[in-house]
Amino acid sequence: MSNEDLDAPSGRSGHLPGERGGHPSSWEVVIGMEVHVQPRTRTKMFCGCAVGQLGDPPNSNVCEICTGMPGVLPVINKAAVEACLKTALALNCEIPRHTKFDRKNYMYPDLPKGYQISQYDLPMSHDGVLELDGRKVRIRRVHLEEDTGKLVHAGDKLHMAKESFVDLNRAGIPLMEIVSEPDLRSADEARDYAVALRTLLRTIGASEAEMEKGQLRAEPNISIRRIGTEELGVKTELKNINSFRALHRAIQFEVARQVEVVESGGTVVQETRGWSEAEQRTFSQRSKEFAEDYRYFPEPDLPPLELDPKWIEALRIALPEMPGVRRSRLISEYGLPAADAGLITADVMLANLFEAAVKAGAQARPAANWVIGEVAPSGKLPSAEVLADVVKMVSGGSITRDQGREVLTESLSSGRAPAEIVAERGFAQDSDEASVKVIVEAVMVANPRAVEDYRAGKKQALGALMADVKKRAPQANPKVANSLLQKLLG
Amino acid sequence: MRHVALLARLGLEPGDEEFYAEQLSGILAHIDRLQQVDTDDIPPTAQVVEIVNQLREDEPRPGLSQYEVLANAPVAYDGYFRVPSIQEEA
Repeated sequence: MSNEDLDAPSGRSGHLPGERGGHPSSWEVVIGMEVHVQPRTRTKMFCGCAVGQLGDPPNSNVCEICTGMPGVLPVINKAAVEACLKTALALNCEIPRHTKFDRKNYMYPDLPKGYQISQYDLPMSHDGVLELDGRKVRIRRVHLEEDTGKLVHAGDKLHMAKESFVDLNRAGIPLMEIVSEPDLRSADEARDYAVALRTLLRTIGASEAEMEKGQLRAEPNISIRRIGTEELGVKTELKNINSFRALHRAIQFEVARQVEVVESGGTVVQETRGWSEAEQRTFSQRSKEFAEDYRYFPEPDLPPLELDPKWIEALRIALPEMPGVRRSRLISEYGLPAADAGLITADVMLANLFEAAVKAGAQARPAANWVIGEVAPSGKLPSAEVLADVVKMVSGGSITRDQGREVLTESLSSGRAPAEIVAERGFAQDSDEASVKVIVEAVMVANPRAVEDYRAGKKQALGALMADVKKRAPQANPKVANSLLQKLLG
Repeated sequence: MRHVALLARLGLEPGDEEFYAEQLSGILAHIDRLQQVDTDDIPPTAQVVEIVNQLREDEPRPGLSQYEVLANAPVAYDGYFRVPSIQEEA
């Protein structure tokens, strides 16, 4: 529900290295994305340990399997496989008949087994596409693997740590890895891609996909090349990005850094770089000369999967309407402006609320305005009936918009019906022409200057008069007051 | 030899290198012999057990307590395993 992180600045901000003499315009940016997503499951990938909450005591959701004790056997979580297949289908991927898991070997304290169970040559799916504002971003593969434990570093800066503390609660939590082809060309596109993925994942119920909670982790691979050339430049991979805004900033920084390196006669080194939110810069984390010898081999402890086409077809049929399709439908079916339809379908809960409120009798356009203007920023979802009641009362003129907002807030916190709150607070708006006229006349007497100005052609003087009406009689229907004023002044 | 040892986090004593290098060469020679077997008509086989689709329902089960899981740790601190810093020099 939190959409506040979507409105990242699209222009450059902060002090970027490339601004000092670089010429970013002669360079083309090439970005591929690796996105790790935690599917919505109750248990881990290969054992029955609960997927805990942030803030659980360290090493409290663990067992012999996810801590890599000798002699244990993993068993595949069916819900994780389903979530991965649904995601693959929603991304128009091909799903093979046969798939298996492999061991990716490396030594790191966050990986108690000494290997990560992942998928290598026979992933769960491949060759899909995600449409992004009419552009097609090719998806190379979507596969399933397990998460590593969490390392907490002593010292206040990640790259200055002297010792590390290991929490294995996260070790073994399912992860889907969604890999795109290098089809993205700017920080904006990369961010839009990640946002579109999140919307899609939430729509199909495959993941909560909250970046702040680490349920969606985007790792852009970035390189630059001279405009007009085809050959790909040396890429760097960025990690440690935990919001859409950080993703955008990190890419902007990294592009500018690469441009500066190349234009000052250097070469970009292939490496993994971390994003420091505090310093707003990337720093070298792990040079590729060290690792990257994973010695993959088929996981002997897990039998392969033979994916039954009937199962795949059943999953495909059960998929809900995709956000892009729903957006077009909201435009054609309810006459919503494209921008509004886009904002509403960016969150499946908002889209559901909007349609249910319309079904409950609210008019479409006002309902859309309320969903975008009031519900989305508040981060709290009213029931469709409550929203419909408020929208109906406001558009019918019996309460003002300000009063409607108050009623909505009150109803959300107390759970009481809007009509009850309106009655109790005496909010009912006065639309009776005779009684509003009394107020309007009083306002005209009290503001002779504004009346004169208006009659002399300064139409904006009407605003001052309306403000006084609102001050003296908040319950007066502003539309009625406005037309009365104009009539009496004219 | 040193690369393989590094990947497996094996500390080699002086003299170990030649000792293991000889053993490893023997193993590689054996693999070379296996490579000579004609496998043209045999599909790649990752599993010899003919079991597929062993899936588990998504039901939580109790695991180990924090006390139990840290019982074998060389050093534990505040519920965590404590390890030397693994950050490479930046």
